[in-house]
Amino acid sequence: MSTEADVVAPGIGLPEGDETEQQTLWQRAVGNVKSGNLGVLPVVIGEVLIVTYFSFTATNFFTAGNFVNVILQMAGVTMIAFGVVFVLLIAEIDLSIGYLSGIAALTAATLQLPDGRNYPGWLCILLALGVVAIIGAAQGTVVAKVGVPSFVVTLAGLLIWQGVILRELQVRGVIQIEEDWINKTATYYFSATVSWIIAALVTGLYALVALSGLFGQQRAGLKVRPLPALAKLVGVAVAAFGVVAICTHATKPAACPEGTPLAEVCTQPLGLPLAAVLMLVFLVGLTFLAKRTTFGRHVYAVGGNAEAARRAGINVARVRILVFMISGIMAGVGGLILAARLQSVNLNVGGGTLLLDSISAAVIGGVSLFGGRGEVRGALFGSLIIATIANGLNIGGYKTGTIYIVTGAILLGAVTLDTVARRLQERSGR
Amino acid sequence: MSETPLLEIRDLSKTFGSVQALTDVDFEVRRGEVMALVGDNGAGKSTLIKCVAGIHGYDSGEISFDGEAVSIHGPKDAAKLGIEVVYQDLALCDNLDVVQNMYLGREVRDFLFRLNEPVMEQHTAETLESLAVTTIRSIRQPVASLSGGQRQSVAVAKAVQWNSRLVILDEPTAALGVAQTRQVLELVKRLAEQGLSVVLISHNLHDIFEVATRITVLRLGRDVGVYERDKTTEQEIVHAITAGVPTKIAGIAETAPEIVA
Repeated sequence: MSTEADVVAPGIGLPEGDETEQQTLWQRAVGNVKSGNLGVLPVVIGEVLIVTYFSFTATNFFTAGNFVNVILQMAGVTMIAFGVVFVLLIAEIDLSIGYLSGIAALTAATLQLPDGRNYPGWLCILLALGVVAIIGAAQGTVVAKVGVPSFVVTLAGLLIWQGVILRELQVRGVIQIEEDWINKTATYYFSATVSWIIAALVTGLYALVALSGLFGQQRAGLKVRPLPALAKLVGVAVAAFGVVAICTHATKPAACPEGTPLAEVCTQPLGLPLAAVLMLVFLVGLTFLAKRTTFGRHVYAVGGNAEAARRAGINVARVRILVFMISGIMAGVGGLILAARLQSVNLNVGGGTLLLDSISAAVIGGVSLFGGRGEVRGALFGSLIIATIANGLNIGGYKTGTIYIVTGAILLGAVTLDTVARRLQERSGR
Repeated sequence: MSETPLLEIRDLSKTFGSVQALTDVDFEVRRGEVMALVGDNGAGKSTLIKCVAGIHGYDSGEISFDGEAVSIHGPKDAAKLGIEVVYQDLALCDNLDVVQNMYLGREVRDFLFRLNEPVMEQHTAETLESLAVTTIRSIRQPVASLSGGQRQSVAVAKAVQWNSRLVILDEPTAALGVAQTRQVLELVKRLAEQGLSVVLISHNLHDIFEVATRITVLRLGRDVGVYERDKTTEQEIVHAITAGVPTKIAGIAETAPEIVA
């Protein structure tokens, strides 16, 4: 791999002039919107509108406790949707993720049974993720090497893995999970002190990374633009400390210490849920994978123009297989968190709206169904919207049917926005 | 010229199912020359260069590069030899920006195996500047937002920024306006002056007679002949393209009936 960019044909009468004229932040933002590059803007606006609406219509919605609730409700779907992002980026689809998450939960739950194998929790988690990784890679191989459309392969997967779950659970019905390692993924809260330290660490690390990026630009002799980086840093700091501030204010009912008057309701402070930190870890890790590694670059290239990627010497089949493996692993992670919330695995595991919620989350978050466009963080935002709506409508006393209708309408809106944005982009690019 | 040609192809044949795309094609490119490759639609020009670039495998025949027999099984093999191709359909990823396209498949990484964006960005800017590609506003904008001429410039720059020895341009000026065509042809001349070999595929004989040193004519998957630019005329080339000239296949007259593939 050559790292030199040898200039073969120097100088054909270089016209003088600065081609990268100074642009203000505002001009760039306006330019982005005009050319259809909307980014997370619609999602953020949508979330603000939704939160405002429910704050006025649903009692107990705008509370610290409910905020923590939303985090826990969205964690599972977010993890699965992280995997969906990669699949959509290469312009494929994975319909098996719902029941793959169920397979992971079932595997872990079976292995931890005290009257069964009684494996330690960490081993159960690793083995469960290993199983879904292998299944994902196998499905990806059929897609990439044989050429069967991913829709069909994973639709078959959907049926097969649902069948496996039904067969395994038909006698037992429910498997209780009593293993701490697994359950704590959804039930552990950091103490207030630790929560604040985490917020500080997140902000500090982000500042370090941003700073090293700026130095890199300077070393390469590029124009250094510190202002956008600073704005992002402030945003990260506000988000980190804001989330921790709300979470440490949340409380849960607890047994009262002796000597308390009977009329008093006792509570115990919560803190930052472990699930939130897990989401952040996977968000950062997968964003790094997508944006800062050759593999990630190749994922975007395969989604943009698979033939061009092949001609550039990229092993397209390998990229596809790895993406389906990631999809399987992330489905597994999500499945374990969902099972941990229930502390059990039952016949409904991996079913219901899980699959469609996960795909919707990625799509609402701005990941294009046509491949090649979207960010990992989109899954987080999309999942936040879905969880907020479900939570708000639930608290507001609406029926499940209403939740489906509203979620469906928002999904349609998001895809329409994506399609319009795409057309705008094509027009601005002629 | 007594030295061995840079690229020498002997008796190359290629079939797609029952379609005989190339039959016993000979083709050579010398060092520092611009070899034009012409022929009617479906004559096998693109197939031939795709075989050289490792996009297609070939059924039989020999390819030698720099006097040594080589086997090209994939784009990486061709790139290793220093063969770079600018395709007719450009082979750019619309969703990636200029820098990302320039380094696609050969990304520069730092000591932590992270993509080294600043270095790639800087080198891209230098390369484009050296090729006098100055109309691109930002090299961080997606290729989808570039005009046809700008996209062609990026594709050419992508091919020549490596230590390439043979650059193959497939219809580089087909979609360009007059001024941009001029620029690309200037570029082709300069590449040859630098000692690079260039294969230029084009339908525009005017362009070809301006920059090519020699011209190879393909017809219906066979090579009709090689012509020195200075010793031939456009009429002769047109005749060779449309009617064919018997060279090495006995029994086919000058006005041979269509060869059934």
